Amino acid sequence: MRVLAAMSGGVDSAVAAARARDAGHEVVGVHLALSRQPATAREGARGCCTLDDARDARRAADVLEIPFYVWDLAERFAEDVIDDFADSYARGQTPNPCLRCNERIKFAAVLERALALDFDAVVTGHHARLTQTAAGPVLRRSVDLAKDQSYVLATLRPEQLAGAIFPLGDSTKAQVRAEAAERGLGVADKPDSTDICFVPSGNTAKWLHERLGSKPGPVVDVVSGGVIGGHDGAYAFTVGQRRGLALTTPAVDGRPRYVLGIDPVTSTVTVGPADRLDIRYLQASPSTYTGPPIECQAQVRAHGTPVAAKAGYAAGRLTVEFDAPLRGVSRGQAVVLYAPEVEGDRVLGGGWISETGGS
Amino acid sequence: MAYLDHAATTPVHPAAIAAVMDALATVGNASSLHASGRRARRTVEESRETIAAALDARPSEVIFTSGGTESDNLALKGMFWARHSADPRRRRVLVSGIEHHAVLDAAYWLAAEQGAALVWLPVDAAGRVQPAGLYEALAADPDSTALVSVMWANNEVGTVQPIAELAEVARGFGVPLHTDAVQAVGSLPVSFAESGADAMTVTGHKFGGPYGTGALLLKRGVACTPLTHGGGQEREVRSGTLDVPGVAGFAAACRVAVDEQPIRAARVAVLRDELLAGVRERVPEVVLNGAPADAPGARLPGNAHLSFPGSEGDSLLMLLDARGVECSTGSACSAGIARPSHVLLAMNADAEHARSSLRFSLGHTSTRDDVDALIAAIGPSVERSRRAGALSGALPRRS
Repeated sequence: MRVLAAMSGGVDSAVAAARARDAGHEVVGVHLALSRQPATAREGARGCCTLDDARDARRAADVLEIPFYVWDLAERFAEDVIDDFADSYARGQTPNPCLRCNERIKFAAVLERALALDFDAVVTGHHARLTQTAAGPVLRRSVDLAKDQSYVLATLRPEQLAGAIFPLGDSTKAQVRAEAAERGLGVADKPDSTDICFVPSGNTAKWLHERLGSKPGPVVDVVSGGVIGGHDGAYAFTVGQRRGLALTTPAVDGRPRYVLGIDPVTSTVTVGPADRLDIRYLQASPSTYTGPPIECQAQVRAHGTPVAAKAGYAAGRLTVEFDAPLRGVSRGQAVVLYAPEVEGDRVLGGGWISETGGS
Repeated sequence: MAYLDHAATTPVHPAAIAAVMDALATVGNASSLHASGRRARRTVEESRETIAAALDARPSEVIFTSGGTESDNLALKGMFWARHSADPRRRRVLVSGIEHHAVLDAAYWLAAEQGAALVWLPVDAAGRVQPAGLYEALAADPDSTALVSVMWANNEVGTVQPIAELAEVARGFGVPLHTDAVQAVGSLPVSFAESGADAMTVTGHKFGGPYGTGALLLKRGVACTPLTHGGGQEREVRSGTLDVPGVAGFAAACRVAVDEQPIRAARVAVLRDELLAGVRERVPEVVLNGAPADAPGARLPGNAHLSFPGSEGDSLLMLLDARGVECSTGSACSAGIARPSHVLLAMNADAEHARSSLRFSLGHTSTRDDVDALIAAIGPSVERSRRAGALSGALPRRS
């Protein structure tokens, strides 16, 4: 096959490209330039972002002796991921930009362009197992549960997964690093990226404040109904958050307060005791699980613990009921359903959480 | 492989390789006083005379540098500093929007850090700087102008500038003019003396010389503050131990390129026209950017800068590369990101047109086979890139 390897400049995508090449594919490496240079007088002339990453990716391609190009997807990324991220916070949700990037950039813009340019698939360094079967793609957790990325791939539609190859799913991160070193790839010991790539400072609250501005409002206690503090922008809060609440009045019952809800219209942050965070069910839309009612394991955060649940799909909406109350679930996050199987947890599908309830 | 990117760099001429090898095998710092030093110095001075003769300059006007970027920076910054310090009113730097980044970014830096005021000289749709526009800009406030910089021939679209006319206008106001002639030498007749320019950038690797060699031709009496300080080897304007092998190779290539210029230019223009005709036959919608190919002296003979409506230049480059045809999207930064060319934007092209463009540039080693390889590859490549272009332009959004 002719495959396009998306090379971030990190160790995973470099080894993924190497394995694709060793598997006999004709591999072309592409680095996606995603961030936009701040507007300057010479904007339009250059957009050299993530220069070091592009260089690392290019060096890896050199070592693998595969052609290498940089694709500028900064505009698409700004619209489909960065704007979406800020808008989602502004609506009182807690988004996950990595899922969006997979859904809309890597396995949409990049995959479609690759297919149009005569490639058969896009190879990435995601830690997840993917098998193409007659019944469609089967996605499973990585054997390395600590590095498993099946969660951020679960909202991909089957036709998107059909064009993907994840060569790393059967390896641990340690094995990938060791293999990179053996192959003479300079990125073998490059640290893992952890922050949101377009918030290099790591300070999301500050980034949001710069972008969304000041929107002061009250912090209301759900028990007393009274205003017990204030804030500069409800978007800076996440359901389940305890720290960073500048409460001016102690809670009537003396118990710690957690963020229960965010109302972006009135800029109100509602807080209450921990038990009020419990939910029994959620709804998600759109959903890539469209099958019959099913007992499964549900996961609501990228590195969250899966919990037993019953899921059903009807009228474009996924409903997930939890066997035991679940705490701290935000709208805007994804719920991902797994079927525990001997071969490894299989992804049934996932959806974007639109409602939670039953507390 | 069909190498159609001579505007980026050219294969080194055997005469240059021989000159470099000879000099490399010989010890001697051109500033040393002993026999070895004198021998090295002789090589340098003979090279200087060769280059001066080839470019119709005086040997004392040749200041060796590390290449085009250094020469442009030295001219822009050095002349600005000297003129500004002689008369603080002189703040204006007049440049065209189609200059190379080595000029543009030096000018931006002067504006951002050194109190310069940038004035953009208008260009027409062919990318030609208008002498009337320069006259107007100078006449607006002649005493406040530090210098003018306009390239001899554009590196992307190949438009040749009316340097002699522009220099005459500048001279009328007593303002020095610098020209980046990196693309011109070897492709066009270049006379420094007749051009009337006060400073001129040349570089070796664009005409078969070694990388990292070049010169700033600077008229005697034109003040230029050094960028680097040290031994003052080059007229106290440029310091650093001279690269004797580089200088020798640069001179050898310069002599051959200038001697053969009329023959090379005629031969390359024929190939370029065949390229244009062949591509047009396969892709009738193709648009030639810049000056018409048949207008005498208006365009570099080896340059074909083409827009392929509906395609993206970077997709097309990749597809051609896979078929063994090497070209350029024009303006690539160090990360290799293709952005709409600032040259085309300055010529009032829209961003989509700019993104759909590719530069093919022929040179002294180009053959009919190279052109044929492109003509064979272009049809299917354009067709495929259009499918990709249509997708990236109008991908259905899913929430």
